[in-house]
Amino acid sequence: MMLTRLANPTRFMRLADRLLPWLAAATVLAFAAGLVWGLGFAPPDYQQGDTVRIMFVHVPAAWLAMFGYSFMAVASFVALVWKHPLADVAAKAAAPLGAGFCLIALITGSLWGEPMWGTWWVWDARLTSMLVLFFLYVGYIALWSAIDEPERAARAAAILALVGAVNVPIVKFSVDWWSTLHQPASVIRMDGPTIDASILWPLAINALAFQLYFVTVLLWRMKAELIGRRIRALTLGIAAREA
Amino acid sequence: MDDLAQFLAMGGYAAYVWPAFGTTFLVVIGLAVASWRRLKSAEARLALLEHSRPARRARPRTAA
Repeated sequence: MMLTRLANPTRFMRLADRLLPWLAAATVLAFAAGLVWGLGFAPPDYQQGDTVRIMFVHVPAAWLAMFGYSFMAVASFVALVWKHPLADVAAKAAAPLGAGFCLIALITGSLWGEPMWGTWWVWDARLTSMLVLFFLYVGYIALWSAIDEPERAARAAAILALVGAVNVPIVKFSVDWWSTLHQPASVIRMDGPTIDASILWPLAINALAFQLYFVTVLLWRMKAELIGRRIRALTLGIAAREA
Repeated sequence: MDDLAQFLAMGGYAAYVWPAFGTTFLVVIGLAVASWRRLKSAEARLALLEHSRPARRARPRTAA
């Protein structure tokens, strides 16, 4: 099965090295296209004017913030249940990325809310649950460095990722369950997107750019993590031989 | 010149649109640079370690 074939770090590293140049190039191209299209060619909204352009970074960042944590939860489950050697490396590598996107979503949302809602922040179900998601990310990252012994740190972090994962559907459906100032979903809906193609396309390109970026930097971070583990093993080996 | 000024004005919402894009690319580029440098320094340290290790094995085995 693909997952077990990838369990071997050297095979993973070889695959990552083959994919990375393409992923990096595609990321830069997608960002360039998304930025130029979103800022330059997409039409202003009849009500929101040019502030609608903030959607091209706010929405992809929010999607990636939720994708990141879901990715960490699945990886942590695989790590705990099947002891897959790369799973907790993947989860640990994804955390700072997800946290970064969560922060972007919160800040760009606030910058969009001030002109359009008349407020930088409101304790609304969507905004509050996204803030909780950010704290979960920070907690996850802090947990790794708080526990010295890697084995126990991995276990504790995996449990936090799994417990915190319940928050992702809460963020997603908060706009439907509670009456929120934040509007309900406009793209990922049962009856299809309600946005005009002229804005939906640049949004899709930007979402693709963010996703490609996530995978590219995730692979960098995973490689660094694996090399870090090899260094630790080597230094322990040398120390043992000298003792 | 007018086109550029009009573009930058963002329909009067420049104070919100540009900081939003600025924050995004600050975080995106910052994370990418930090992750890239982390990888490069790990690779360098590994090379250093692996370079020094074989020399140790080359020593002739003395009769224990």
